Amino acid sequence: MAVTATAKQEEPRVVLSARGLSKSFGAFMAVKQVDLDVHHARVHALIGPNGAGKTTVFNLLTKFLQPTAGSITLLGTDITKTPPDRIARMGLVRSFQISAVFPHLTVLDNVRVALQRTNGLSTQFWLPVSSLDRLNARADELIESVGLKRERNALAADLSYGRKRVLEIATTLALDPKVLLLDEPMAGMGQEDIGTVSNIIREVAKTRAVLMVEHNLSVVADICHHVTVLQRGEILAEGDYATVSQDPRVRTAYMGTEEA
Amino acid sequence: MSEMTQTAAKPHIERSATASRTYTIFVIIGLAALILAPMFFYPIFLMKLLCFALFACAFNLLLGYTGLLSFGHATFFGGAAYFTAHVVKEWGFPPELGILTGVVGAALLGLVMGFFAIRRQGIYFAMITLALSQMFFFFCLQAEFTQGEDGIQSVPRGHLFGFIDLNISTNMYYFVLAVFLIGMVIIWRFINSPFGMILRSIRENEPRAISLGYSVARYKLGAFVMSAALAGLAGGLKALVFQFATLTDVAWQMSGEVILMTLLGGIGTLIGPIFGAGLVVTLQNYLATSQFPVTIVTGVIFMVCVLIFRRGIIGEFYASRLGRKLGFEHRR
Repeated sequence: MAVTATAKQEEPRVVLSARGLSKSFGAFMAVKQVDLDVHHARVHALIGPNGAGKTTVFNLLTKFLQPTAGSITLLGTDITKTPPDRIARMGLVRSFQISAVFPHLTVLDNVRVALQRTNGLSTQFWLPVSSLDRLNARADELIESVGLKRERNALAADLSYGRKRVLEIATTLALDPKVLLLDEPMAGMGQEDIGTVSNIIREVAKTRAVLMVEHNLSVVADICHHVTVLQRGEILAEGDYATVSQDPRVRTAYMGTEEA
Repeated sequence: MSEMTQTAAKPHIERSATASRTYTIFVIIGLAALILAPMFFYPIFLMKLLCFALFACAFNLLLGYTGLLSFGHATFFGGAAYFTAHVVKEWGFPPELGILTGVVGAALLGLVMGFFAIRRQGIYFAMITLALSQMFFFFCLQAEFTQGEDGIQSVPRGHLFGFIDLNISTNMYYFVLAVFLIGMVIIWRFINSPFGMILRSIRENEPRAISLGYSVARYKLGAFVMSAALAGLAGGLKALVFQFATLTDVAWQMSGEVILMTLLGGIGTLIGPIFGAGLVVTLQNYLATSQFPVTIVTGVIFMVCVLIFRRGIIGEFYASRLGRKLGFEHRR
């Protein structure tokens, strides 16, 4: 699945859907009655002003938070009550708003930790670490595909912010997920890294579903097939970027401030 | 930028190569010292030291490598001491089987305590382990087989594998040393294994480990049981060395003492707790006969350690200029 090679664009179908998703923290309704369909082979963007509940929706979908009401279905299975690690094993893998790497492991080890699970090499406490070397070929392939080859043996903590995010994506891809949830993958990145990551996302989305929270609207316009706009925990508008960006409610709530 | 990261990446490999070379040299010196030690020191003192060193290393496996502060490790140490003492004295088990019983018993206790504690973090985790170990203390006080306040006395050391007489103190010393080394090798292997990698990743970034699909609680429980079993190995050994098992071994002070040893030696360093245990045991031994109360001295040392050298003896050494020159790294 080398990301650099062009994969065949596959047909879209619903893989992850939420119905009537709600979450309240005490009296505060962070998310209200959100319906969401994420399609295979599509990049779906979740946008909205700060505090709109985008990250909460992410936490609900990945079960890091338990919804107050509503249901979630992943690949035909109801996951409303499934714990987060099980969901990851079912193929729904998320990233975090703050970069999620293991700072004091090398780039190679970061990717290998993910490969350890899919290769059943995570519970052996009697084997030497060198037994993990057989994961190196696959790990190197992933590292190369995101352009981190030169930093292979550097500690993740020593990478620049953008490179950490790239590493995070490589680690996520190591699990070969069916649905990818990326929480602001471009935040804090330089223009060059944004280009790289955009290409990676576009490529991986040919064979899997991607749902991303993103503030950078030119990125959204560039790579996303479908956009959902959230405001105060509710869906304000939905459709492709062209439609959504013309919607007067969206323009006043969100894009208006963007153009001003 | 990538050029910079490349230069940063390269020394990292070289450094760890020097580190492993110096480490090998230090290990050889340490081994030689331990083998020759009975010629210079009182064997019982050395054996006590090794038992507590192993106990502290087992504790450090949990605190240093998993990031869990247990306040109930006396349960495993003292519990195993009781189990070993009982089966050896009452059932006539040979010493090797007696110690094995202690290890298995401690592991089972660890499974139960871990099961309840692992879902909580920080102070709550510590409190649950403390509460459960207080319950176990009370059980030991009341249960018949522990013989209450008297403890299990005059436990026979017996013959190892049926032919090595452990009543000869040189034989006993080398037996203790062998068990200690086996324990250290197990710990070393454990932290440098595929399982150990996952533990490290959990300690580094727990939500990320979950999002990669790891059931974090199970890995923590695994480490907890392993730490309990090794603490049990130390406890069982201790019962044979001193030929008794008493309530002091399961009391909460013992849990506190092992935390002290680990902190003094250096949390998260493989050999730090050995030095921490060495320091505490030596102080206890030399101050036992003096007018000066031991607890005050260890208390002062503890405060100095926390205030001035928080990384512990070995941790500070690794982080010092000499340590770095020798290729060590201290990451915490």
